Amino acid sequence: MNALLQRVYFGLVGLFLVLPIIVVAGVSVNAKQDLAFPPKGFSLGWYGEIFANPEWRNALVASITLAALSAALALLIALPLAWFLWRRHAPWANVFQLLGIAPFTLPPVITALGLLTFWATTGFYGQPATAVISHAIFFVTLPLVTLSLGFSSIDRSLVEAAATMGADDRTVFRTVVLPLILPYLISGYAFAFVLSLNEYIVAYMTIGFTMETLPIKIFNALRYGYTPTMASVTILFVAIAATIFGLVARFGDLPKLLGAMSSRD
Amino acid sequence: MRREAPQKLTDYAPLAFPAGMLIVFFVVPFATMIAVSFFRRDPAGFYSPDFVFDNYARFLSLFFGKVLGFSLFLAVAVAICCVVIALPFTYLLSRTKRRTQVLWLVALLSVLSLSEVIIGFAWSTLFSRTAGITNLLVMLGIMSEPIALNPSFGAVLTAMVYQALPYTVLVLYPALVRLDPTLTEAARTLGASPLKAFFTVVVPALRNTVVATLIMVFIFALGSYLLPQILGRPQHWTLSVLITDQAIYQSNMPFAAAMAVFLVLVTLGLVALTVYAGRKGEAA
Repeated sequence: MNALLQRVYFGLVGLFLVLPIIVVAGVSVNAKQDLAFPPKGFSLGWYGEIFANPEWRNALVASITLAALSAALALLIALPLAWFLWRRHAPWANVFQLLGIAPFTLPPVITALGLLTFWATTGFYGQPATAVISHAIFFVTLPLVTLSLGFSSIDRSLVEAAATMGADDRTVFRTVVLPLILPYLISGYAFAFVLSLNEYIVAYMTIGFTMETLPIKIFNALRYGYTPTMASVTILFVAIAATIFGLVARFGDLPKLLGAMSSRD
Repeated sequence: MRREAPQKLTDYAPLAFPAGMLIVFFVVPFATMIAVSFFRRDPAGFYSPDFVFDNYARFLSLFFGKVLGFSLFLAVAVAICCVVIALPFTYLLSRTKRRTQVLWLVALLSVLSLSEVIIGFAWSTLFSRTAGITNLLVMLGIMSEPIALNPSFGAVLTAMVYQALPYTVLVLYPALVRLDPTLTEAARTLGASPLKAFFTVVVPALRNTVVATLIMVFIFALGSYLLPQILGRPQHWTLSVLITDQAIYQSNMPFAAAMAVFLVLVTLGLVALTVYAGRKGEAA
């Protein structure tokens, strides 16, 4: 009875989460340019349209480039910071940890507006590089959190042993620390990448008038009516996110990454 | 290797790049925004430097009061809905097999990472007349003809709960995984039904977690800016929408900045409250 009740509850929550995705998937295979569900006819043409139509293709390329670069920059900011906080005893340096987490905790429109005023004042407004930096700052929280977790799980006696054998900081980092935190490094990159791919407001306020990322493209298209390419792009994005998080779960410890310290089973 | 205080200046070297980036591209923009909120609007360009309180004084209008009131009300409603749905769900999830947990976590993360644009588009499709959920009800014979369910308050609320629910589950998850299972076992041994054990043991034990989660989801919901635009009417617009509108379409940066500063203050106040609730939780 209770097991049944639990199944029903899980089923309802699951249904709520997938229902919009099912409908959009259905809409994306309409044969003609209809917004109809159940779909009228069947065609995968709208998926081809993402790559065939230069506007959508450019938006896709812009989004992926932005996500790849900004996640890498976020990692470059987070790694030395997390390493320093783990290696050194410097309480005041925690301020930077706080600064790294703040942009993500505040409502995104605030970070977006701050960056917009900054880029407008300094005269770089609208240049593609500004979006990369903006996203890196906005999402630096994610690699920072995963890396802090990674560093805290390193057994310090391992590092001590290496140091006793005469390894300097650089060697210890390369041969002991880096292999141990690699999963956290990769998952931090993955989180930042996926979220950057989907981010709208910061991208819109920095490069919205000169370039289109996919979320901006979808929103602009949404204003002028409907095209099934929006639906196929949506499904593509769901698939990308699910694949990346699936890989993180496959090669890393997802429950632990999300804060469950006691890994059971 | 024990953690040691930095000895030489070169020991600080790793900090240089992260600290520089965060200061130049977060602290400085933030300070610029605060400064701009006191500037005067320049109809020709962006703004001209000044020190006026006009932008803040504009808050004291009925229109602004209504928008603020609605934003807070909407965020409270979303937070309550999410916690009510997510608390039993996360509790049950934390008691399942690891494999099941991982599968759900992947699904939740995938939904959580979805762009607001995409969530808005998906729900507007689901609520539309031609491709919406009412078509299903017509097929089942419950309704006579399909209708459009948006724009409406219900549509905005549903989509925002959809957006915030995975976040709520992930915020609750660590606390619930660490919850001592012997607590409920003891209650069960003493004859309490699972439901009674949940409400009399689990919920009180997590009181502070629940309060902290409510506040975090509230802040998360406060940040929503596209869903009210896509699924609601102008009276359903939130403070975030208004800030974007002023900054981009009305080119009134000083007023947008003033509203943003105000939103920061509200948020910071709530974060302080969360920390306070957490501290009390640890002490208890």
